[in-house]
Amino acid sequence: MPEFHRTNGLTEVATHYCPGCTHGVIHRLIGEVLTELDVLSNTIGVVPVGCAVMAYDYFNCDCVQAPHGRAPAVATGVKRALPDATVFTYQGDGDLAAIGTAETVHAATRGENITVIFVNNAIYGMTGGQMAPTTLPGQVTQTTPEGRDVHRAGFPVRMSEMLATLDGAAYIERVSMDSVPHIRTAKKAIRKAFETQLAGKGFSMVEVLSTCPTNWGMSPVDALEWVKEKMIPYYPLGVYKDRTKEGVF
Amino acid sequence: MDYQILIAGFGGQGILFTGKILAKAGLTQGKNVSWLPSYGPEMRGGTANCSVCVSDSEISNPMVLQPNILIVMNQPSWSKFICAAQPGADVFWDSTLIAPEGTRTDVSLHPIPATGIARQNGVERLGNVVMLGYLLHQIPILEKDAFFSLLTDSISETKRHLVQANRTAFEAGYAYSPHEGQKSRHDA
Amino acid sequence: MPQKFLMKGNEAIAEAAIRAGCRFFFGYPITPQTEVAAYMAKRMPEVNGVYLQAESEVAAINMVLGAASTGARVMTSSSSPGISLKSEGISYIAASDLPCVIINVQRAGPGLGGIQPSQADYFQATRGLGHGDFHLMVFAPAGVQEITDLVAQAFDLSDRYRVPALILADGMIGQMMEPVAFSEQSPHPAEKPWALTGHRNQRRPNIINTLHLSPDKLEQTVIERFARYDSICANETLCEQMLTDDADVVVVAYGAASRIAKAAVRAAREKGIRAGLFRPITLWPYPSAALAALCETTKAFLCVEMSMGQMVEDVRLAVNGRRPVEFYGRTGGNVPHPNDILQAIESAAQMAPQNERR
Repeated sequence: MPEFHRTNGLTEVATHYCPGCTHGVIHRLIGEVLTELDVLSNTIGVVPVGCAVMAYDYFNCDCVQAPHGRAPAVATGVKRALPDATVFTYQGDGDLAAIGTAETVHAATRGENITVIFVNNAIYGMTGGQMAPTTLPGQVTQTTPEGRDVHRAGFPVRMSEMLATLDGAAYIERVSMDSVPHIRTAKKAIRKAFETQLAGKGFSMVEVLSTCPTNWGMSPVDALEWVKEKMIPYYPLGVYKDRTKEGVF
Repeated sequence: MDYQILIAGFGGQGILFTGKILAKAGLTQGKNVSWLPSYGPEMRGGTANCSVCVSDSEISNPMVLQPNILIVMNQPSWSKFICAAQPGADVFWDSTLIAPEGTRTDVSLHPIPATGIARQNGVERLGNVVMLGYLLHQIPILEKDAFFSLLTDSISETKRHLVQANRTAFEAGYAYSPHEGQKSRHDA
Repeated sequence: MPQKFLMKGNEAIAEAAIRAGCRFFFGYPITPQTEVAAYMAKRMPEVNGVYLQAESEVAAINMVLGAASTGARVMTSSSSPGISLKSEGISYIAASDLPCVIINVQRAGPGLGGIQPSQADYFQATRGLGHGDFHLMVFAPAGVQEITDLVAQAFDLSDRYRVPALILADGMIGQMMEPVAFSEQSPHPAEKPWALTGHRNQRRPNIINTLHLSPDKLEQTVIERFARYDSICANETLCEQMLTDDADVVVVAYGAASRIAKAAVRAAREKGIRAGLFRPITLWPYPSAALAALCETTKAFLCVEMSMGQMVEDVRLAVNGRRPVEFYGRTGGNVPHPNDILQAIESAAQMAPQNERR
């Protein structure tokens, strides 16, 4: 029976994430993939503002912390200066789909050869549970106390679907952390996204449906169930774009 | 030498180009020079003007507010700038396009039908080069051949085919002699 | 002697940057600095560099942050409203101790304002280019030749001190052409052991980060940065003085306004008024000591700006009440007329204390 080891892709610093939060699993998947692809020593991570702001302490690679939403622009600067390095951003929903929408869309449409890991948990975690661009209709948050009323607060954004329409996007997949099989699929997707970058094919993004038990006010197990029952129907899993064979250019 | 030149006309008349040639002519002779354009919406069809200083001494203010050489290529610029010319200034204007309003008796007037001459020579859009030829004959900033080669060197790659047309326009302006009353300094 | 070219200020900015080893430029179009980007778009490919038109000034400054964190020499350029957009990124860059050069070819504000030359971004440049306790080195060229020298210097000093540098020009300096000779001096890039290059299994990961949740840690970081600022203040202050030795009235002006002021000072001398010109070349650090020293010999100061009066506050701080400080300015894109400055010099000369003997 195989032993469970810490991946060399992560440092030994204990993460600050809340119990039951799936950020840690996503970190581990990235660390494993970077190790397996043997690119860790030549990788630059770009971390966001949000719950993952301190991820620079966790990934065992060079890291820069970007202003809120600007990670794809920062990653663009890094990648243009170091075209042979592996460059990824790690962003939450507020970061990527609200304040940083322009940076996200334009990095994608430029076919910027970077990998974006997009953690969608339908809420602002770090600031204590406000409405996110991906908050579901009817979902209660601190700033939608009666539930998200789409007439007043508008509709959630489906980023994978949106970005898939862009010619510069080479690989877009939505995965989920709600079950072991889905986590396995997620790892494959993350690997595929990084392989897309290594092959120089263009922009790649994996959207990961994740939990926030603390701000959802649920137990970790209920939170996983909520992802399955509420989030996945609104944000269907699957590959939205795959031009990894032909490339985007 | 202290030329404070103001050139004004329509966008598209080669106003800024004319100014650059004059600045380069000064630079060729080791003078202090500056060139300052009007910029913005004027460049897209409205009026354009530029300031050129050519001087033996350091140029402090590159904005020419009181030119001692004024070159005017359209009617609105005449109205706007004729009063600005220093007493004793040389004022050149395109008499095809401008009917001078008001007179100034304290400046040297050098009218030339530059656009008309360009048209007669089949180089319709080179009124500014006709003007340059005439100006150089009146005010020999630089020796003629050197000036002309500087002019042709300044024509952009995409307009190289217009070198001959520029020579035609330049020569026509250089050869122009006013009918009466205005004797060129060069001949004086 | 090196060959002289007739060049626009904006083009000289770009060429000087390339000669200083800048190989990355991220920009967004805005009048009156567009020639910087246009020149870069043409020249960068010739030197295997990168020109990238970003989706916004916000994105452009963050691309600068990214490229600078790899240790590369990098530049962005904009004009007033665009610089406001960049200020978030500039604060992060300063907090990340990243070197880079930022160009502001000022236009008139506030808001969309106008596109004619202005100096109304002085406060922004020297006091508040983003949130938090920090400074940029601010250079104010007054001519095209000086642009080339200051851009080269800005890159070198930014590298050396790990402090971003701002070239504060304006529409007039950017748009005008003057002869330029490029010096043969090669750039002096600093060692950058902090740069993100991939750890290559040779060292621990390098981290560029601006988050410090512990007040003590953050305070310490800021204090350490201010020690570098002190050293910049001590060593890198620049100014030019003309005819100040015996001047009764010293005109203080920078950039385009100093050009007009110089003409006015000469005109004043012709009229027998002992006027001089003090021109700050670095706006931060401000040449306060050199200016204050003039209190010994001069009777009054006249600050001339293309704004409602911003640098005049630094003049008053330096003079510290020892002499009267007058102000003359035009704003909205208007450039002061030399005759109006001359009048202001005359009136300052009359207002100056007459009974004092030097």
